[in-house]
Amino acid sequence: MKRLALVSAIVLTLIASGAMAQESLRVLTWKGYAPAKLIKAFEAETGIDVKLTYSNNEEMIAKLRATRGAGFDLAQPSQDRISFVQKRFPIYQPIDYSKVNTGQLVASMVDAVKKNSAVDGKGYAVPHCYGTTGMIVNQKLAPEADDWSDLWNPQYDGKISYRLKRPLLIATAFGMGEDPFALYDDIDAYRALMKRVEKKLIDSKKLVKNYWTSGDTQVAIIKSGDANVISGWDGKGWTLHKENPDIDFIAPKSGALGWIDTFALPAKSKNIEGAYKYINFMMRPENAAYFTNQEGYGTASKDAINFLNAEIKANFSRSFPPADLDNIKWHPPVPAGFEKIESKVLDRIKAAK
Amino acid sequence: MKKRSGTFYLLMVPVLLWLMLLIVIPHLDMVYRSFRFETDDWEMVFSLNNYLTFFRDQIYWLTFVKTALYSIGVTFLAFVVTFPVAFYLTKVVGKQYSSFMTLLLLIPIWIGELVTVYGWMILLRDNGVINTFLINIGIINEPIEMLFTNFSMTIGLLYMSMLFMIVPMMSALDSLDDSLIEAASDLGASKWTIFSKIIIPYTTPGIVSGGIIVFMLVIGDYVAPNILGGKSSLWFTEQIYNKFLMSFNWNEGAAFGFLLLGLSSAIVWVALKLSGQKLEKVGS
Repeated sequence: MKRLALVSAIVLTLIASGAMAQESLRVLTWKGYAPAKLIKAFEAETGIDVKLTYSNNEEMIAKLRATRGAGFDLAQPSQDRISFVQKRFPIYQPIDYSKVNTGQLVASMVDAVKKNSAVDGKGYAVPHCYGTTGMIVNQKLAPEADDWSDLWNPQYDGKISYRLKRPLLIATAFGMGEDPFALYDDIDAYRALMKRVEKKLIDSKKLVKNYWTSGDTQVAIIKSGDANVISGWDGKGWTLHKENPDIDFIAPKSGALGWIDTFALPAKSKNIEGAYKYINFMMRPENAAYFTNQEGYGTASKDAINFLNAEIKANFSRSFPPADLDNIKWHPPVPAGFEKIESKVLDRIKAAK
Repeated sequence: MKKRSGTFYLLMVPVLLWLMLLIVIPHLDMVYRSFRFETDDWEMVFSLNNYLTFFRDQIYWLTFVKTALYSIGVTFLAFVVTFPVAFYLTKVVGKQYSSFMTLLLLIPIWIGELVTVYGWMILLRDNGVINTFLINIGIINEPIEMLFTNFSMTIGLLYMSMLFMIVPMMSALDSLDDSLIEAASDLGASKWTIFSKIIIPYTTPGIVSGGIIVFMLVIGDYVAPNILGGKSSLWFTEQIYNKFLMSFNWNEGAAFGFLLLGLSSAIVWVALKLSGQKLEKVGS
């Protein structure tokens, strides 16, 4: 009995001291956003032990909501998914912009993200990287596909794939010649628009090969030839282009959808100083450029362009001629209650025959 | 009753903590949530609305019915596919080979469901192993569409759950005395009579307990329907996932979770009644 108590006491002390030996930073991020080389360099420079958890926007919100903002020291949500969540479940804390080295960031992006993530006048996010959702097309087999409306073009019957999530509903609306973002302040008009989008996608469902569900299945479905015309992310499309020149990312004529992913501080972050160090480290021009060269996504770091590979620069100019660049539709913050409408629509499309 | 020592109670503490903290309390929290409903003005009130949504909205209960019917079908298929295997391993081959062969059956479980699902994707896709083979030997000209259909989903579910059917059936068959079969045979019973009058009644507890495990695994599975199922295979678990993660409606998600628990338990109960089995007997 006494012995057991002694042993458990020793074990507990060991566990406790092991956990406290090193300062740690728990980052909730996306796959690919924290390249191993940069993490090693950061750990060597600061002595902070970085623990990564990979996630996506929906899971990030759910995880932080479950713990009311505890369990992680830094998160990387998209800029349009912060303010409406923050208003209902306080899972983040405001950013102290004086601790962020904003001099190394693109000023217009910092301002935009600050404004879009604001609750009660306080900004909740710092931009990290940006990219677009558009289409990935096998141009040898589908040379003319260049717009969202090609996702329901009978010409590509059985060779179409997309991710059945909210960006697709937005994209479909743009492909139908509508402007969903203009309806963000009119929930009834938006609901009516979503009804039309739902009908369009159910009517054209027979043309679809499958719905892809993650970055990996997205790449797999076009690489294997199961589909030729899919919705996709620019970085993925460009990576595929490197392997197979027939496949490339295309900015749809009715407008690619632009997203900005950010750094945000969970409400109960235990290492705020470390989080700011991490942000400033990742956004150093040479580090940000390393990330962009690896993943293909654009960075919010101002001078990173000097360190980019020629091939990466070529991607941007090939997929985004000036007219398409101006036509990018940047996601405004999602108003509250909209996700409820959309999730019903998505359920009904998925269940339809 | 024997007096328990202090160590006994001390050792009970982790078990009780585990049960309370990880199972009982979260479930109570979920029960509580499932009765909370958010009105349009964001006020939380006590209500049955989350449960009623399931019955009011055709898409939800239809999905559940479809999921349940599929699960029953897969359970039956699992029985049909695995019974000969179990019989072969216990009655036909010798002991020394049978344990080795059972070990082979276990291998897919070591690998994990996600990996086996990806394996099936490689086999079944349009330019995958099976289609390429069939085209090369000239049986078909165009690839048969197998992946992302209900067919591929059924295969995935079956493959993942088969083993849980085999093991209880094997232990039931193992205890069946061979002399019973020999005696029946001597007395002139046909093979079918032996099968339906001796083997099946004797192994029913094993079949039912295997069936319950398979049914519960399949109806609660998420990976196979989601990855192999394709564009129309909305599984009920996927809807629960969507409630929690996509629409942030935990209250409805919690209610759906309990509906899944309640309705699938009801189906198991009906199956027990129909087969005339008792849960205690099957569970042992």
